[in-house]
Amino acid sequence: MPNNADAYLEIKDLWKAFGVFLALKDINLVIGKGEFVCFLGPSGCGKTTLLRAVAGLDPQTRGQIHQGGQDISNLPTSKRDYGIVFQSYALFPNLTVARNIAFGLENTGRPKQEIKTRVADLLALVGLPEQAEKYPAQLSGGQQQRIALARAIAIDPGLLLLDEPLSALDAKVRVHLRHEIKELQRKLGVTTIMVTHDQEEALSMADRIVVMNHGTVEQVGTPTEIYRQPATLFVADFIGETNKVATTYSGGRVTLGSVSLSTEMKGVAEGASVTVAVRPEDVVPHLSTEAGEGAANLLPAQLVDMEFLGSFWRCRLQSDILGGQELIANFSINAVRRLDLKPGLDMAVELPAERVLVFAEGA
Amino acid sequence: MSDATLPAGRAVKLKLDRDGAIKRAFMAVIALYLIVALALPLYAMLSKSFVTYSFDLARYEFQVSDEAGNFGPPQTAAAINAELGVFDADDLRSSSDGRLAATAFFPDFSFRSPVKYRIRGTGPDAPYLVGLDLQNTTEWKEFDGNTFRRINLRPVKSVGVQNYSEYFSNPALFSSIQNSVFIAVISTVLTVVAAFGFAYSLNRSLMRFKGFFKLVAMMPILVPSLLPGIALIYLFGNQGMLKSLMMGHSIYGPIGIVIGSVFFTFPHALIIISTALSIADQRQYEAAESLRASRWRTFWTVTIPGARYGLISAAFVTFTLVITDFGLPKVIGGQYNVLAIDIYKQVIGQQNFEMGAVVSVVLLIPAVLAFIVDRQVQKKQVSLLSARSVPFQPKPNKTFEALCLMWCGVMAVFILGLILVCQFAALVQFWPYDLSLSLKNYDFNRTDGGGWDAYTNSIQLALMTAVFGTLIVFTGAYMVEKIDGFKTGRGMFQFLAMLPMAVPGMVLGLAYIFFFNDPANPLNAIYGTMTILVVSTVTHFYTVGHLTALTALKQIDAEFEPVASSLRQPFYRLFARVTVPVCLPAILDISIYLFVNAMTTVSAVVFLYSTHTTLASVAVLNMDDAGDIAPAAAMGMMIFYTNAGARLLHMLASRRILRRTQSWRGR
Ligand SMILES: Nc1ncnc2c1ncn2[C@@H]1O[C@H](COP(=O)(O)OP(=O)(O)OP(=O)(O)O)[C@@H](O)[C@H]1O
Ligand SMILES: [Mg+2]
Repeated sequence: MPNNADAYLEIKDLWKAFGVFLALKDINLVIGKGEFVCFLGPSGCGKTTLLRAVAGLDPQTRGQIHQGGQDISNLPTSKRDYGIVFQSYALFPNLTVARNIAFGLENTGRPKQEIKTRVADLLALVGLPEQAEKYPAQLSGGQQQRIALARAIAIDPGLLLLDEPLSALDAKVRVHLRHEIKELQRKLGVTTIMVTHDQEEALSMADRIVVMNHGTVEQVGTPTEIYRQPATLFVADFIGETNKVATTYSGGRVTLGSVSLSTEMKGVAEGASVTVAVRPEDVVPHLSTEAGEGAANLLPAQLVDMEFLGSFWRCRLQSDILGGQELIANFSINAVRRLDLKPGLDMAVELPAERVLVFAEGA
Repeated sequence: MSDATLPAGRAVKLKLDRDGAIKRAFMAVIALYLIVALALPLYAMLSKSFVTYSFDLARYEFQVSDEAGNFGPPQTAAAINAELGVFDADDLRSSSDGRLAATAFFPDFSFRSPVKYRIRGTGPDAPYLVGLDLQNTTEWKEFDGNTFRRINLRPVKSVGVQNYSEYFSNPALFSSIQNSVFIAVISTVLTVVAAFGFAYSLNRSLMRFKGFFKLVAMMPILVPSLLPGIALIYLFGNQGMLKSLMMGHSIYGPIGIVIGSVFFTFPHALIIISTALSIADQRQYEAAESLRASRWRTFWTVTIPGARYGLISAAFVTFTLVITDFGLPKVIGGQYNVLAIDIYKQVIGQQNFEMGAVVSVVLLIPAVLAFIVDRQVQKKQVSLLSARSVPFQPKPNKTFEALCLMWCGVMAVFILGLILVCQFAALVQFWPYDLSLSLKNYDFNRTDGGGWDAYTNSIQLALMTAVFGTLIVFTGAYMVEKIDGFKTGRGMFQFLAMLPMAVPGMVLGLAYIFFFNDPANPLNAIYGTMTILVVSTVTHFYTVGHLTALTALKQIDAEFEPVASSLRQPFYRLFARVTVPVCLPAILDISIYLFVNAMTTVSAVVFLYSTHTTLASVAVLNMDDAGDIAPAAAMGMMIFYTNAGARLLHMLASRRILRRTQSWRGR
């Protein structure tokens, strides 16, 4: 959470209903000045709805929004201070690129020459200085996206809203533009909210991520926090990959069959039904339970098969202790070579206590 | 959190900004237009149909003196009538401006005798006229014979279903319903079959001359519906060249109406069926072929079901056009009465406005039903359209192509033939006796009907309708489509915009008389002017333009408005800079549609024109009525050429715009 002193956008007790359906339930959120925040969640979780409420395009049913210290809860769109980029880009097809970018600058009393310079600057900023006189239809998707961005920031908005700006592009352009947008945002220092359902996008671009599910906020945190310390099983499951086993918790330990694992998770009620989650890359390989001496949380397992994914090996393991359930583990190339791991091998895996995540039922 | 409930309180409402306020004001203005130009007149008509006027004789009392001036006992008019039997119940029924001479109750009346008369009302509402002076009093008034003969009783108004029961018990009027339905059904079947064959040839064969056939098929749209009637009279009428082909039947009546109806409804049905056939899916035909289905079976199991919505829609549109058409039965119907003619006769002939209103309501029923069915079908058709399919590719087949060519050839000869007959008849001295060429029939100023003024008036009407109509229609559609919130208002507006399609022109025209000719109406001033003609024509043809505009607007990115307002730009700037330029082709389509229809329409304006606002289409009607058929044909052809010219201009303008916009419409 950023220091409240530099809070720029505050969303308080916000609800949105479509008829009887509640699309947003009691959202509370503070976004700091200059922050890049991503709304991330599965399809239909309410990301766009929340963004549209902030923009005043589809006002919330209950609750308040403050921007820059001002209550904007019931201000119409035209009185709010933001630039927006939609998934469709919404470039005006009959206006040239330059006219598109100038659209928000004209009609404001600025002299023509100033507008011209500003448009040229913006085009240079988004890396398309040569395209001023082209029409949007003559540009590629990625170029159109950058023009839409230039048009949105032309008026120096206090807040930049991006609704899945990259999802219509192909993978390569997308990765490239991620970087560019982030760079641009840092340069301008504009507070930015981006909606996405692509976790990689969110993890690589955001200062903080707001993970949403079924109209509620599951967790707010930096990419590392979200990834390393997911607050809920949903977050653990949605972000990255995870192995899950249901069991019970007692005395700081969870029991898997005959093995009892220690965990550093706090705040779980004694005797509660829990789900244990371990990320594949946190699984440590050992040749046998004996070989891993000194290490706690060891499980005997058999290596079922291995798949080479370039930077690591993705392995499927089976353990009697886990019953029929498979364990997925990502082993480094080094480790595989060192231990000479092969399919069919009987080995052991270590689940480090600090990496064993425990979630009480219903959390 | 599934148990979460919305906290109590009021929904957040955004403050209205200037943009929102202007948009709403615009929509309110256009909604007001539709209310004044459509809803209120219809309401006036509906209520008029429940009003009856009759003379209530019990309301009047008379006293007569002898020659010395001594008055006898008072007697009610009802009592006198019972005694003398001057009027029966039928005679006492009247219309709003009926009059009944008071002298009728005194068979011995002579204005020279010194006998004096007194009259008074027995109750509060007993109107009578002394000359032009309206009296309504229970005081006795005394008159000498000379004044008494200028006394007329006035009917009193009552509200009820009496007009309707009278209508349905009048066999002559009632038979019009049968006639109308009969004509409409026969014409619909013929038109749909003819149009289907034509559309099938255009879409599913490799027949030659498709462009030519398309052009010819659209020609009937450019002429008033009564023009084929005139051509048919020339061919098969009393002096017709081909009268012998009729084998003793008369062209004046159902036969003429049906043939003419096929002519003028053909392009409308063709457009709809052609659209339906053009969305065929190649894959279905390939599947049928792989199942070794015969062509005939494929036709019935794939083609017809695929086009069924188009066929149903075309049938209802045709049915409505025929049953509400007035020009054709007027010209060639002879003694064969149909509903639209009844309205005209009741209103223009007998000045019985109330009965005209009743017939209008009766005519409104099939039109509204057809409209509702058509809307339902259209909705289904749209969802078919959006499905992704592989367009059908016809295969060469000589026999089939010959068959198609024959079908289209016959229709082309039929359409071109009727138009050419009109043109020829207009250009000859005296059909069929002196076929030397002459322009005398174009000397409209020498015949009744309004002369060349009628023609220039029509051009003026068409231009004004095109300009103002397009402005109103497009702006209205924009407000409906792009305004946010305000759901109920938008729903109501949408309903009002769809309504004109369900209202026959005759009904609209009559409704305008009731509404605008009412001296109590402040808008009374536009009655008899060009303005009322423009208003009625824009309203009459509102719906098609509205739908065209909506379709175009729906294709524009819905995110333009939010973007513009986030850039703090007023919506009208976006509207002028982006929306209108992008929609320009649709805007042109709307204006040409309004222009052409304003040139050809007869039904609504026939009640509304005045001596200085006669119109070309009405002139055709009136000249034909007066027996000047050749000038009528000549005027009809003037309309045709004007519309053809307008269409050509429209095409050139569209091409230019398309070329100019090609650069931004993309690669
Ligand atoms: N205008 C509306 N009327 C009714 N329900 C709506 C409306 N707009 C959104 N919803 C519903 O609200 C929920 C959230 O929608 P929203 O568009 O915010 O999802 P999202 O998180 O942006 O999903 P996606 O990733 O698919 O864009 C969905 O269940 C959706 O069906
Ligand atoms: Mg969304």
